Amino acid sequence: MKILLAILAITGLALTLIPAILVFTGKIEFATHKQLMFAGFLLWFAVAPFWMKEGGA
Amino acid sequence: MILDKLSARLEEVQEFEKERVPASKFKRWRSFLGMYAGEHTAGTEFVIGPLFVAHGVAAGDLVFGLLAGNILAVLSWAFLCAPIAVRERITLYYKLEKICGRNLTTLYNLVNALMFCFLAGSMIAVSATAVGIPFNLPMAKLDDWLPHSFSWVLIVLVVGFVTTLIATLGYNQVSRVANLAAPWMILVFLAAAIAVLPELGLTKAGDFWHVANEKIWTGIPREGQSKFTFWHVMFFAWFCNMAMHIGMADMSVLRYAKKANAGLASAGGMFVGHYFAWLASGILYAVFLQKNQNSAEFAPGPIAYYAAGVAGAACVIIAGWTTANPTIYRAGLAIQAIMPKSKTWKVTLIVGLITTTAACFPALVMRLLDFVALSGLVLMPMGAIIFIDFWVFPKLGLKSNLAELRQMRWNWAAALTWFLTLGTCLAINKSMGIEIFFLGLPGWFVAVLLYIGLSYILQPGKTAKG
Repeated sequence: MKILLAILAITGLALTLIPAILVFTGKIEFATHKQLMFAGFLLWFAVAPFWMKEGGA
Repeated sequence: MILDKLSARLEEVQEFEKERVPASKFKRWRSFLGMYAGEHTAGTEFVIGPLFVAHGVAAGDLVFGLLAGNILAVLSWAFLCAPIAVRERITLYYKLEKICGRNLTTLYNLVNALMFCFLAGSMIAVSATAVGIPFNLPMAKLDDWLPHSFSWVLIVLVVGFVTTLIATLGYNQVSRVANLAAPWMILVFLAAAIAVLPELGLTKAGDFWHVANEKIWTGIPREGQSKFTFWHVMFFAWFCNMAMHIGMADMSVLRYAKKANAGLASAGGMFVGHYFAWLASGILYAVFLQKNQNSAEFAPGPIAYYAAGVAGAACVIIAGWTTANPTIYRAGLAIQAIMPKSKTWKVTLIVGLITTTAACFPALVMRLLDFVALSGLVLMPMGAIIFIDFWVFPKLGLKSNLAELRQMRWNWAAALTWFLTLGTCLAINKSMGIEIFFLGLPGWFVAVLLYIGLSYILQPGKTAKG
């Protein structure tokens, strides 16, 4: 469970940062980056509290 | 009744207020690294970075000024504040009571609380710029000082009310949300800045310096703004947290450190929040200016929303809220130290009302650099007093902790040092035209000389008095 929470939480952070790098390198559109960032925001705040409770961060 | 229970829980936070921190509670320096990084990546960063752009800082001046200033800030934490914190292991307020006496500490608390109110007010205003996006709220301009519309006041009042209510009900939850948000917020700053770089014409990392000079930190101030140089940036970066390091407020935090080297952990805050976040928010503002034909509007919410969408606006709200909330709470504690019998939640509510009223005035945001510099300067002399009292007085044969020793409620040497130092700084400012950002350095030496001199005059042969 702890590993799953860690993977999801880190995915949330990855969705926050990586799309921006892909916009910079011209791989994705600016609008897509915003949508993925929003998904990352939701994922992080939905999962990280439980992950931190488990002592993961 | 519920409020009473919650109030009791709030008061649990006040650990070891009048005693040394026991060894079992000591923390390693790594604990402070994350704390500092989180605390200094906050709502203010959305304002300070853009204000540097508005003040026409050149790219080189910013990059190297921040480097030098942040190193000096870290050294101030490590070599001025932390060594005393780990030797004394008591709060700043208790230390001040021992040196200055209860009444002078009360005055310090009042001033401190007022500064906290204004800082929290600016953060409420920052959050309101993001909350107002769906309502097409007209945003304040760089030269606005007074409330510019009814809808602005209304949204600020709502944000202020909610922030105050949460601060009143639960500090612990806010602290948890702040910890939760910290790593995410840091990445939002970074990601938003990276994503908008192509809009400035930057598509290769190697061209960054050229674009930075030509389109971001151009060296040309916006209309009505003063010109900032390397020295402004360096001194601002060094002194923006002056109250905490040279002013010794972080004694209360670093007293939990196992060793004084924990002061170096402040680098986590300085080089994440006060370096990359300031650079990132400056980039966002440059894009906003380019997109909006150099609009005079200055609103972190729409700027972040443009660069990072809903996540960006949410980041501004959360950053503002997680900064404003503990600040209101701290202001409440400072006032409660003056009125110990009053309930924490009542004091916090009153502080929240003052804060929310202040937040209606855009001047708090537009002049944030000046305000931050002023608050550090005003509280700095007490840090100089503690430093000299602790390290120098024993060598000079003067009494340390005089107020405790002689049961004094007002130490005139300390009081006059505080007032005369600020008076001298004001005189330097007015007569020589030296800006507020630079006054902390001469001010510290003035405070040191005054405290030693006045103590020589006022200490010998005096008997105990109340």
